[in-house]
Order: sequence, then C-alpha cells, then structure tokens
Amino acid sequence: MSKAQSAAQSAAGTAPGKGPGPGARPAFAGDLPNPYLPMPATVIEVINESPSIKTFRLVLNDERAMRDFHFEPGQVGQLSMFGVGESTFVINSPPTRKDYLQFSVMKAGENTAALHGLSAGDTVGVRAPLGNFFPYESMKGKDIVFIGGGIGMAPLRTLLLFMLDTRKDYGRIRLLYGARSPQDMAFSAELPDWLVRGDLETVLTIDREAEGWEHKVGLIPNVLLEMAPAPENCVAVTCGPPIMIKFTLQALEKLGFAPEQIVTTLEKRMKCGIGICGRCNIGDKYVCVDGPVFTLAQLKGMPNEL
Amino acid sequence: MSDRSFTPAFISFKALSGWLRALAQKATVHAPRREGRAVVYRELGDGQGLESFLRPTESAKHVLFPRSEALFSFQRQGEAAGAASGKIRLQEPEGEGPAIIFGALSCDARGFLSFDPVYDGCGTAQAVGGIAKDPYYLRRRANTSIIVRACKSALNTCFCHWVGGGPASTEGADLLATDLEGGLLLSPCSEAGAALLEHPDCVPALPEQIAAAAALHAAAERSLGEAPPAGELAASRAALLALFENSEFWQRQSAQCLSCGACTYLCPTCYCFNITDESNGIAGARLRSWDSCMSALFTLEASGHNPRAAKAARLKNRVGHKFSYYPAIHEGRFSCCGCGRCIKSCPSSVDIRKIVLAAIKEAAHV
Repeated sequence: MSKAQSAAQSAAGTAPGKGPGPGARPAFAGDLPNPYLPMPATVIEVINESPSIKTFRLVLNDERAMRDFHFEPGQVGQLSMFGVGESTFVINSPPTRKDYLQFSVMKAGENTAALHGLSAGDTVGVRAPLGNFFPYESMKGKDIVFIGGGIGMAPLRTLLLFMLDTRKDYGRIRLLYGARSPQDMAFSAELPDWLVRGDLETVLTIDREAEGWEHKVGLIPNVLLEMAPAPENCVAVTCGPPIMIKFTLQALEKLGFAPEQIVTTLEKRMKCGIGICGRCNIGDKYVCVDGPVFTLAQLKGMPNEL
Repeated sequence: MSDRSFTPAFISFKALSGWLRALAQKATVHAPRREGRAVVYRELGDGQGLESFLRPTESAKHVLFPRSEALFSFQRQGEAAGAASGKIRLQEPEGEGPAIIFGALSCDARGFLSFDPVYDGCGTAQAVGGIAKDPYYLRRRANTSIIVRACKSALNTCFCHWVGGGPASTEGADLLATDLEGGLLLSPCSEAGAALLEHPDCVPALPEQIAAAAALHAAAERSLGEAPPAGELAASRAALLALFENSEFWQRQSAQCLSCGACTYLCPTCYCFNITDESNGIAGARLRSWDSCMSALFTLEASGHNPRAAKAARLKNRVGHKFSYYPAIHEGRFSCCGCGRCIKSCPSSVDIRKIVLAAIKEAAHV
C-alpha cells in the first residue's frame, strides 16, 4: 500500500495495518480487584531481634482472608504504615505454619522506623503475596546449604523452616549464618534449637571475637570455604548484604558449584510491587514480579545492575 | 457495526465550539489551549481557540494517568493515640465520568497503546502472583474517547514514522479530525467515535472533502524526514544489551544530560510512578504521582545503595527500556511513539534518535 493510499484509507476511517486497531483498548470490568489496596492486619507479637531488627507477627483482620491466605516460601509482602508509606519484606514464616505471618524489619528509613514503633494490637496494612519463590520442588532429593548474612537470614528462614517441616523431601541440610556481632544475630530465640536438632547442621559465625561467643569467628565466605560443602547434588541458597553475596558467590564457584546450583534473592526499591511502576527493573526483568528469587545462572544472563 | 456509522462527517469551524460544548454535557472535554509559550490541555472553556491547529507541548497522558491521584484515603477510628492504634477505614475514590480528548496528536493516541499492556497486566503474565491489572487506568481508558487532529506537517524533531506511526495514524484514535478549508473532516475510527458525530452540525462529508483530507495526510507524511531502513531499528534490542557495560559509550551519550526529567514528564509513553502517603495523623491518602527515572532518588534504597546513581546509568535505562526491555516483554513494540517532545524540550539537546542509532552502530562494530 502506498503512503497516499494509506492516507486515503485513514481519512475514510479504516485502519492502517500495524498494531491494535483504532479505538482498541483493554477491557475494563467494574469489579476488578484493586491490587493497591492493603489488607488491614493486627500485630500480635513484636520480637526485638537486634538493636536494628524487629520481627512482627501479624494476623489479617479478615478471618476468611487469613484462612485462605496462600503463599510460597520466598514470596514477599508490602507492609503499610498508613500516613508514612509502604515497603517490601519477605514473609519469613513458612507456608507450613499459618497461625500468623512473620516479617522481620531492619530499621533503615522512614517507613521502617515507623514500623519499629509498632506494638501488639496495632494495625498495619499488608499487600501480599507478591513476587516469585524458591524453587523448592526442583530442590527435592538434594542436599541444601543455606548461607545467610545479617538480615539476609530472613528469606532463608522461610525456606529453612519449610524444608524442616517437609524434611523427608530433602537430603542433608546445612546452615551457615553470620552477623557482625552476637547482638546483630536475628532469630536468636530459635538458634539453640537449630544448633541441637539432628536434622540440621548449623554453623554460626561473627566477624570479630566477642566475649562469651562459642561459635566460629570469621567472614562468611571464609567459613564457607572451611565447611567446604560438596557441590554434587547440592543447592546453595544465599542472601545477605551485597559485599557478602559477592564473595560468597566467588567462594561457591571455587567449591565447584555451577551457577544453576546457586539461588539468591534480591532486593530493590519497590513501590507498586506488581510490575507496573517501573523502578525495580534489571533490564527487562522486574524484581517484584520476576524475582526476588533468581539463580546465579539467571543473573548471569541479565544486565549487571545490582 | 453498520457502514453508516463509519461515514465521515464535516463540521464548520463556526459550529465546532457548539459541537464540543454539546459533547461536554456528557463528558469532560480536554482540548489544547495556548498558555504563555506552551500549549497545554485544559477543560473546554471560552476562547480556547479551537479553530486553529495547536500542537500540544505536553502529551495528553494526564487524562488517563493524572500527575497525582489518590489510590485510596484512610481514616483512623477510635482513640487517636499512636500512629497505628485503633481501627483503620480505607476508602477507594469514586471513578470519574467519561472524558473526551479533543485535538490529540496521532502520536499521543498511539502513546496510550504502550501504556495499555502495562496497566492491563500483560507484563506480569508469567508472575506467580497472577496478573495484576490497574483499575484506575483501565477505568479511565474505557471511559475516554480520543479525537486525533491530523498533523499538518512534521517538525524536525518528529519521528513517528520510525516507530510505526504517521501524522494521520488512527491507531488508538476514536475519531480522526483533519483541518480543511472552513472546517474539520471527522472520520470515525471506532463505534465510540461514530457516536460522537450524532449532532445536527456534523453533516455528511462530501467526496471531495474526503479526497482533500487524504491529500493533506499524504503531504504531511512527505514532510517527515528520512526514516532508518525498515527493520534496522529492531537491532536496538540486542544492541542496547550488548552495550550495557560500555560505560564510555553511555558517558558520552549522557554528558549533556542535566537529569532534569523534562523528557519523562512530557513523554506520552513514560508511565513510571511513585507512591507516597499524605496524612494529618488521623486521616490521609495514599497518592500515586508521576515519577522520573532521570532522578537519582528513583532507585535510591533505604540502605543508601543506589543501582543507578550515575546519570549515565539512568539515561541508559530510559533508552534501554523504550528500545530494548519493553519490546522484549511486549511483542517487539517500542515504548516510544516518536513524538519528539523529549528532543524538542530537552534543555541540553539530548536526542534519543541519535542515541539509538549510535548504539546500533557501535554494537555492530564490536
């Protein structure tokens, strides 16, 4: 079709060839669910984990919503302080334990500071579940090594407890958890159990010697090299601050782990949490919907913009 | 759909304002208006100067995607002690009624086509949580008719024809208006557009009027500059990825950029937004507002880490999104309608056309 012909057609009101036709637009139904509307929830317990980390146990106010709430290990939620804002945290309780939803929050900005002011009985908003989850199906029958640093232990906790609750599906499970100091170690109420139970091998480490500390002293990647988990039939799951991740990935590769055997979970500044608002992208992937869980193999195929 | 309903009509310039006023009885009509040195969209009013073709400085995106809107309001009930004590009541806003955009450019109507799949959740089709659709946008989209006014001639910043458009493209339009001697030819492109013509002053167009409009469209097409050979632009997808770590290239491209964000605010296809709360402690609202990926704050995390702290990284993301990442998600379509506003309004003459072509050329040499 010549330009003139095409112009004549458009003047007469018919469509040119490409794309959706004139007047085409997405359908709209009045009863569309509103993905921006948080579910009100009540704080039932606050746990002081460290000087900068608090854990919140929440129950959705709508009993039915709480009963029907379904999520997978590794999925995240947005916590709202009405009047302050909203930010993203992993649901760190496992789907196998649904009396409450647990979130651990490190005080870092305005909203997290406001969240730290919550006490039992207070109201927050929850938008969840969001994002993808740990590929626990494909991890069945394999040995698992968890490597968590600081608040990065939170997303690992959900998968660790899920695996302990479905223990026969997995091989040997090891946990290396490190923090700067004993005071910075989250989930300290659970650590004694993790250290003694027979179906989990736990190694704790801190960066520098501290009085009364009976566990390892050393940076996570070095302790990992000492532990030297065998890569055969094993999956490593790691989360922590960027510098720890960087050297942990190097250590894992040194131990012979292939990129497909290394799973991590990312964070980015997020707003909508549903792949629309445009800020958490790495190339064409949105961490809020395509992540937060990625294998190292996937990350290697993406632009380097962590 | 009867043939009759798609018959073009003619309206005289004298009757134009009366017709739009009649439409404004049933819908909010947004039309371009000259204010100072800019042409902006305003609700239909006196002295709008509708008879002459105006080229809007801004896009019409705010009609479907307001600069700022309340997603919901909240009100605390019971004792007003702590910030989180007491029950909270959330209230969604009532949707607005129907709207009509009169005098949009064809590129502006096509711009909404790149919003559509994003707000309709097509980018989240693979997401575990399921498809998330944006009810605020979709409600307005369904309620808004777009009357495109065909461009008379191209500016040297125009490149709609690079990305599948044209001065009289009807994609995304309900009605195409063409400036003729003494009035407008109104060619319906959809049922909704045809319905707008049910007015005594919209008279059936004469064959010579239809022919005259076609000649004008062809002339406007000819006024556009040379486009890159068909298919060449598609190489941008791979090229921009290949150059991702070429910081020297991106520093060169972004050297002039001031990070002012004018490009993003004027762009018909830029849809990024921020979400913030406003509150007096007892009651308030969660707002969604336009945001700009050109701002360093856009990706700044609470920890202080910022994946796009450098302006080169931000410009790379903007160009990459439009010519590589968005096409990867949305069937190869560019998130650019070629309106050229980012070029025309850039205070430091950053030209996205040059960047995309340079990237394709540079990647070919690697």
